[in-house]
Amino acid sequence: MSALARLTRKPWIWSWIAAFVVWFATIMVTGGASTLGLSQAALTFAAFSIVVGIGQMFVITLGPGNIDLSVPATMTLAGTVALKLMNVENGMILPGLLVAVLIGVAVGIANYALIKALRIPPIIATLSMSFIVQSAAIWTNRGLRIKPPSVLADFTTSMTLGVPNVALVALLLSLLAWVLLEKTIYGRWISAIGQSMAAARMAGIPVDGVRFVTYVFCAVLASLAGYLLACFSGGAALNMGAEYLLMSIAVVVIGGTAVAGGDSNVPGIWGASLFMFLVVSMLNTYGLGAGIRLIMTGLIIISVIMLAGGRQPGAR
Amino acid sequence: MKLRLSADAIRLLIPALSLTVLLAAVFWLQPRAMSYVGLNLLFNLAVPIALATIAQMLIMAVNDLDLSMGTFVSFVACVTATFLRDAPLLGVLILAGAILVYAGLGVVIHLRNLPSIVVTLGMSFVWAGLAVLMLPAPGGQAPDWVRTLMTAKPPFVPMAIVASVFIAVIAHFLVMRSSLGVLIRGVGGNQRSVERAGWSVVYARAMAYGLAGLFAVAAGIALVGLTTSADANIALRYTLLSIAGVILGGGEFIGGRVSPIGAVVGALTLTLAGSFLSFLRISPDWQIGAQGAILIVVLALRLLLNRIENREKGR
Repeated sequence: MSALARLTRKPWIWSWIAAFVVWFATIMVTGGASTLGLSQAALTFAAFSIVVGIGQMFVITLGPGNIDLSVPATMTLAGTVALKLMNVENGMILPGLLVAVLIGVAVGIANYALIKALRIPPIIATLSMSFIVQSAAIWTNRGLRIKPPSVLADFTTSMTLGVPNVALVALLLSLLAWVLLEKTIYGRWISAIGQSMAAARMAGIPVDGVRFVTYVFCAVLASLAGYLLACFSGGAALNMGAEYLLMSIAVVVIGGTAVAGGDSNVPGIWGASLFMFLVVSMLNTYGLGAGIRLIMTGLIIISVIMLAGGRQPGAR
Repeated sequence: MKLRLSADAIRLLIPALSLTVLLAAVFWLQPRAMSYVGLNLLFNLAVPIALATIAQMLIMAVNDLDLSMGTFVSFVACVTATFLRDAPLLGVLILAGAILVYAGLGVVIHLRNLPSIVVTLGMSFVWAGLAVLMLPAPGGQAPDWVRTLMTAKPPFVPMAIVASVFIAVIAHFLVMRSSLGVLIRGVGGNQRSVERAGWSVVYARAMAYGLAGLFAVAAGIALVGLTTSADANIALRYTLLSIAGVILGGGEFIGGRVSPIGAVVGALTLTLAGSFLSFLRISPDWQIGAQGAILIVVLALRLLLNRIENREKGR
């Protein structure tokens, strides 16, 4: 019993319960016929939100006002440039990946340069940056739709032992993030900064360095997600990052990370990402129209946050 | 007293200065814009953006953030182009209900201590869904009185300018001069001390959200008056535009430090930046990017002036 009580106090448990309930409700309707297919689809599509969401979570952990709005533009730019460079050749996969990561690093550096040098609130700094990055993506793309190299296309759309490969990539990145957050001094530092930047500074934490690394990390994860998504969907599109702006914030917060910063967890991202996808597919299964589906999605998000929320006084 | 006044003035000076510089640049590039019609065209679309910015500012005054502004304005636009024209009474009821929902959100967010970002994020889906239900495809028509109001041609000064000044004055008196405004900003400044002083924070937050809903409704109606028809996605940009407008106008995310006049000026600056870029004949690929660059330049200017302000204080 005490183990159960401890479990319900974990902030991420609610997103998992919600995801499971929705999963169950969907399967009940189809009579269990689509169990495997639904689970695999959920893992595949959730994987992209997980990768983006982890980066966003690190940024949000830094405290109030820290949100990276350049995520969608970074995804788009990384996807388009990498596919253009690879030019359907299998030998160019690694250079393509490298370029995607470099784009992430560059955007991250630029983001933090704006925040620090101009003392702009991060929301506005990353928003301005995203305009510029989006323009760069439009300029490089020019309406072309280049296919990904065949090996990469196969890798992102197929499975290993019944688990989608992209979900495995997301799992690897999540493990890395979990270790970073829970087991390293860096993870302690970002939580400390999120709880009180002034106190962290006085405790001798290299605040600027840590924030800088965090923004770069977030941008790199976004560009990785863009790279994978472009390969998965058979080519980069200029609007491919658009839905991940709100999605990345939603999965972080539904996952139980405090919006006020300083308290975050990786498992919640998984629960929330699966939940967000499963809600949409459940409503699709019920055959509801687009309007009703949107309304239901919104109401479900609000209900989950009302059930799980209200634990941190003073949270934004 | 003198010091406070100058700090407030400097807070307003930066947005005003950036607007003037941009305006001068536009006039220099395109002297024909320096006319009644030209000014009206330049600032036409600023009116709904200014209203949405004021709405966002009210929410930011209580340390919250509204991520549903764009979808809510789109929803209002759809109501205006359908119900408000065909069944005015029902339309008014729907809009009044929407404002009540906003006030209710404020209450819920306060009572359950929820993050406003997530609640409004959820609501953005709800508003978008309702808008899609009403207008699955672009359409509808603006009510005649709205159209008349938005295309009115007052003597000497174009409607867009008159409306902007009017909005700024009303918002200024509401937020800076009324006791309710002080209460709302007080909640943003220090919620606990407002509570201890015997004020109802729930009331303040509900009013802030309700007023924000009211201004956002006005934004949607004004928008339809300009575009004549509506679409479920018509105003999605407004979420980010309104936040940028508040910040450009000298507002801050926390601490209840907002400036209504600045917010309107910020919205005008954002609108003008778009026109400025098309006058510059920048390749369409880089239009959005250049808008981002203008935002950065203006904020850099603000930093510079803030430094000067601090130096004055240090003396």
